[in-house]
Amino acid sequence: MNFDLAFKHWDLFAQGVWMTLHLTALSLLIGGLIAVPTAFAMLRGGIAGRFAYGYVYVFRGTPLIVQTYLLYYGLSQFEVIRDTWLWRPPSYLRKACVEDFFYWKICVSDFIPSLRSAWWCALIAFSLNSGAYVAEILRGALKNTPKGELEAARAMGLTEKQVRKLIHLPSAMRRALPQYSNEVIFMLHGSSVASVITLQDILGTGRTINAKYYVAYEGFLSAAFLYLCITYILVFLFKRVERHYLKHLQTGAGQESQGWFGRTVSG
Amino acid sequence: MSKTDKAFQIVGPLSVFALLGWMLTYGVGGYTGSLLKGAGITLALAVLSLLLATTLGLIGAWAKVGGGVAVRFVANTYTVIIRGVPDLVMILLIYYGGQRSVNLIASSMGFEPIDVSPFLAGLCSIGFIYGAYLTETFRGAWLGIPRGQIDAGKALGLPPMLSFRKVLMPQLLRAVLTGYANVWQVLVKSTAVVSVIGLSDLVGLADKIGKSTREPFVFLVVVMLFYLAMTIISERGFKWLEHRTDRWAV
Repeated sequence: MNFDLAFKHWDLFAQGVWMTLHLTALSLLIGGLIAVPTAFAMLRGGIAGRFAYGYVYVFRGTPLIVQTYLLYYGLSQFEVIRDTWLWRPPSYLRKACVEDFFYWKICVSDFIPSLRSAWWCALIAFSLNSGAYVAEILRGALKNTPKGELEAARAMGLTEKQVRKLIHLPSAMRRALPQYSNEVIFMLHGSSVASVITLQDILGTGRTINAKYYVAYEGFLSAAFLYLCITYILVFLFKRVERHYLKHLQTGAGQESQGWFGRTVSG
Repeated sequence: MSKTDKAFQIVGPLSVFALLGWMLTYGVGGYTGSLLKGAGITLALAVLSLLLATTLGLIGAWAKVGGGVAVRFVANTYTVIIRGVPDLVMILLIYYGGQRSVNLIASSMGFEPIDVSPFLAGLCSIGFIYGAYLTETFRGAWLGIPRGQIDAGKALGLPPMLSFRKVLMPQLLRAVLTGYANVWQVLVKSTAVVSVIGLSDLVGLADKIGKSTREPFVFLVVVMLFYLAMTIISERGFKWLEHRTDRWAV
């Protein structure tokens, strides 16, 4: 085996790591923004709640790769979509550019989702997927908030909106941390699907190198190693964050031994 | 839970099945047969992978709980590495890398090169991955059983095997069930990724047919509905099992 190849192309791998990391981070960010109102809607019920449940059910019940395919390949079937802005931003926005923003050329159209681009499709699919999983985690945590905590807040004279914003959500977010760290790692791993729709993330780089030099192991093993490192750095960081934010809940040895396990799906 | 909520809990899943049935009958042209075949391959892959994963999980848990230092080290390395690497990377590594290794071994022993099929590679990698997760599930269940239960079995004069079968086993099964259900649900969705190495499972077929008929959306929606139906059936099934085994709970 010849790992000089991986070292020789460290710049490609660096770009791959950047692609994986920023795609994951952006998806988690947008997913989080989707998740908070969704979780509250699920808790409150009503029409909005039912839609929220439907959304979460569909996105947690189907594979991420199929969701990505549906956006990237599926939507192109409809001429209606191909004829609108959704497909490709209009030319005057593509021409409105800043030529040398540091090293890059940035155009207004770069900030408008276009379903023709693999990057946007991956980002939208990952965000929707992550939003559904995080909403379910958050819903559980919101539901399990001790009643007394909310009653105490109301007794202090906070309005319902203040209770939600200042007490209910922060308290639930803390208790959701261990599960959320699982979700972050699954999003990191799930983002490898991006390589299937031609994006050069870590796995994409590995595949490129394997194809270029006609080797079987080197590219994939290097990719696997990079994913492994990022995963355990994240696990380490989340352990520290948890130790900080969950200090008031730590009861003893039991808490520490719960390793991260994976997405909980049923229930 | 209000009455309308209950109604939605029945109507929602039913509409998924109805839509899937309708699509398969009227919506996919002449491709119903091949889609069903693909669904069969997906199901077979999922079930066989679960069997392999369960076997590996049992071995892994046994190694972690009862093994010596070396055995424990191997088991720990296995779970740590597997849980750090995405399933897609694992599948590609086993398919392409495994092919090369098998051929190297085969040719050094003087055999003809052997073809590793996508199905076999997918089965091995998914089984291998979820074996690591099940190792943790099984280990957790074993550690969750109070030691007094074993002592109680001894005190009653039960022979070890009988004590295991009548005292520990029911409790273990009950403790494992939730984690096992989770792994199964994630595993089923993992099978979709195997289409990347060219397996003609449901996803691979739908992708191919969709591209050739220029109606990718329709076929991918069928795939979505199929996976949703699987999720719904598994969820209900495991809930029923949990209900059945409640009497074994500690």
